Amino acid sequence: MKTIIEKLNSKYNLQEIVYQRDNLVFAAINKENAIDAVTYLRDYEGFSHFVLMSCVDWIEDGKFQLLYLLNNPTLKSDLGLKVYIDRNNPEMVSAHHLWKQIWTYQRELKEAFGINFPGSPRVDENFVVEGWTDIPHMRRDFDTHEYAQKTYFPRGDRKTNDPAEYMRKKLYPNQPITAKQRKDDK
Amino acid sequence: MINKFLGFKPDEKLLPSQTVTTDTVIDLSSHKYQKIWLGPNHPGVTGNMSVELTVQGNTIMKAKTHVGYLHRGFEKLIERRLFVQGFPTSIRMCVAEPDTNEYLIARSTEELSGYADAVPEYANWLRMLSLEMARLQGLLRGVPGQGGTFALGIGVQWGVYLRDLILDRFEELTGARVYHMYIIPGGVRGNLPEGFKKRMEENLVEIDEFIIRIKKLMFHNSVFKTRAVGLGIITPDMVDKYGIVGTNARACGVKRDVRKDNPYLYYDKLDFDPPTATEGDVYARTWVRWQELIQTVDLIRQIMDKMPETGDIRAKMPNVLNWKIAKGETYVRLESGRGEYGMYYVTDGSDKPRRINLRGPSYNHAIALFEDMLVGADVADVHAIMVSVQSCPPEIER
Amino acid sequence: MSELDLNDKVSEMLAKSEANVIKSEKTFIHPEDEVREVVAPDGSIIKINPIYDYFSGERPQEEKPRGGIVEKFLNWARSESIWVLGFGTGCGSIEIPPLVTPRFDMFRFGIQMRPTPRQSNAFIISGYLSVKTLKRVIRTYEQMPAPKYVIALGSCTINGGMYYDSYSTINRLDKYIPVDVYIAGCMPRPEALIAGFVKLKELIKEGKAEKANEYARNFDEYKANQKKIIKDWSMPDYNW
Repeated sequence: MKTIIEKLNSKYNLQEIVYQRDNLVFAAINKENAIDAVTYLRDYEGFSHFVLMSCVDWIEDGKFQLLYLLNNPTLKSDLGLKVYIDRNNPEMVSAHHLWKQIWTYQRELKEAFGINFPGSPRVDENFVVEGWTDIPHMRRDFDTHEYAQKTYFPRGDRKTNDPAEYMRKKLYPNQPITAKQRKDDK
Repeated sequence: MINKFLGFKPDEKLLPSQTVTTDTVIDLSSHKYQKIWLGPNHPGVTGNMSVELTVQGNTIMKAKTHVGYLHRGFEKLIERRLFVQGFPTSIRMCVAEPDTNEYLIARSTEELSGYADAVPEYANWLRMLSLEMARLQGLLRGVPGQGGTFALGIGVQWGVYLRDLILDRFEELTGARVYHMYIIPGGVRGNLPEGFKKRMEENLVEIDEFIIRIKKLMFHNSVFKTRAVGLGIITPDMVDKYGIVGTNARACGVKRDVRKDNPYLYYDKLDFDPPTATEGDVYARTWVRWQELIQTVDLIRQIMDKMPETGDIRAKMPNVLNWKIAKGETYVRLESGRGEYGMYYVTDGSDKPRRINLRGPSYNHAIALFEDMLVGADVADVHAIMVSVQSCPPEIER
Repeated sequence: MSELDLNDKVSEMLAKSEANVIKSEKTFIHPEDEVREVVAPDGSIIKINPIYDYFSGERPQEEKPRGGIVEKFLNWARSESIWVLGFGTGCGSIEIPPLVTPRFDMFRFGIQMRPTPRQSNAFIISGYLSVKTLKRVIRTYEQMPAPKYVIALGSCTINGGMYYDSYSTINRLDKYIPVDVYIAGCMPRPEALIAGFVKLKELIKEGKAEKANEYARNFDEYKANQKKIIKDWSMPDYNW
């Protein structure tokens, strides 16, 4: 696994290499090289099983982080390639020609995060929500609670308790609140 | 396909000579094709999923899977819950085998917070027991369910009854029938009740009997053989192309099993060999699952034999109400009844998870693979293929 | 009647049924459902309105109970033959197969599963309902012949349950279709389901399960609520 990472590093200049486990490595790669690297890993390094394509919204950095998680069935190891793309203009090169299932992931990401994958088949079709008019629902700035309160008819008598407060009241009703607890609650 | 078992060969000239591929151009206005919808409220469909079929006569020319009828937005909801609050929510992601979700979320939080080795040995054995019981109850619905798609309803009646017995054992162990919330970060929630092993053994004896009966009912049945053999073939070179895992891959000769490849818990201490077949059709997949049923019963017996008599069931974990996990990410996987089931988990140093992405096997099986497998099949065989790839809609759309 | 008269009559009926429809600005129509003109084989031009040509836009009608011993007999008969539609809308549907098998056997209550809405008179909403399914549920519910009953299963149908803050699932089912019996729990056990059925039978026998009439009476209100959340409407207002 180490040799593959070193080879890949000299070829494509990886950043943030993290050995999460012996057989699971995460590394960041430039947007331009990403699909090249994935193709190289598939064709020459035996990473033939595509596990997952995912996206994390780092709203504070103004970035989307795409993840291509590949598995090598012979080495029994996984490699996660992370790609940072601009949040204001989210667009990524489509990889649907590499594995047959990737267009599904890209269709989901297009709907959930609004990332565009030009050329990917059926990418503009609805995936899980129908007639969605709000901002893409998996983005961090979309507040699902507020949306639900506004749209559906919440029952007024539903109570929400702060778990810490509630447990303290139920389990230790006579015990005074310590300074540490007060600090923890903050 | 028919001739092999019935002993006669239909005249090839009389059969329609059309070759359907995924590239066939379909012009609906030519009136040669018809569009029909199957589901979401169709009794033969696994969960709420609909398939949009374009047919010519009885042959499917094109299929499209539509999902989202069970979308609840788990991945969004978990982002606004504490680690421990997200736990009962996340296990509802897949109703067929909820325990797999419990293990994944518990394992990823343990790994990211540095408690990966803190879980006591006895708790890990109990986790394995609950995972194998979940696989068994899934298979007890799945194997006869395949017969059900060919109108062999009696097997389903037996299977659901026996699954109920396993749910009774779950109820003893965890207090709930379907959503157990048993595996929690740091260990498990309860110990084995007294006499559990004995009652489990009684149920397993009953299931042993069922395994033999279901073999006679399904695999010795001429209708089942005639229809299932040669139907919905998966070839070994499709496995990597479509991301096929689990029994679907093993039924065409590609031996992939997370329990063997990346052993988790104590699966390396158990003695088992995942069953395989070479044909890759519906019949082979059912056959592999039937053998897996035998193996799962055996594994539960092995686990009950090999597990220590007693021990700690939980490690000491931080206060769950103020539990913050440092920035990190991981991917954890296990072998569910349907294949590799994984979770990508990202934390950002706050008291809530940053992102959870579930990788269900159905995501690939029921969309990309299923759509391509249906091309050229008969309308009557859609359910059989759908059940045989073990599609589970709640886990596709989360 | 001449052909001209018939044409007039048909167009009059069409205009009437279209006038019955509650107009909503937000209503969305799929491209394939749009009104279009088609040239028939004989050269004449026909106007096609897919939604109203294939379905009826008529409002549901309220049916008054007959009263007296006739109604009592009918209610007894209805309560002893509850035919449930086999449409599992959520995860609660996993507890329905045990009901059909010998252990919990619901046939002894005269309850059985039917594959089509046309044959059934009870609808189990088994758990959470996403908006996408709600659209199908409404269509299915309206296709069922009256008298019809709705059993709502699980906490999710009562107040949203675990998914109270989800953008995709509804919170209260009774705002969209009338509900006869709620069964609480996540998820309810088969015994709870049977208890729910027994309760429904009692209600029917007492003549209190007239929710289909309530739907007809408050049709505008229900439709307004439904249209508020189903953005992708594109269907007639009442599906027979």
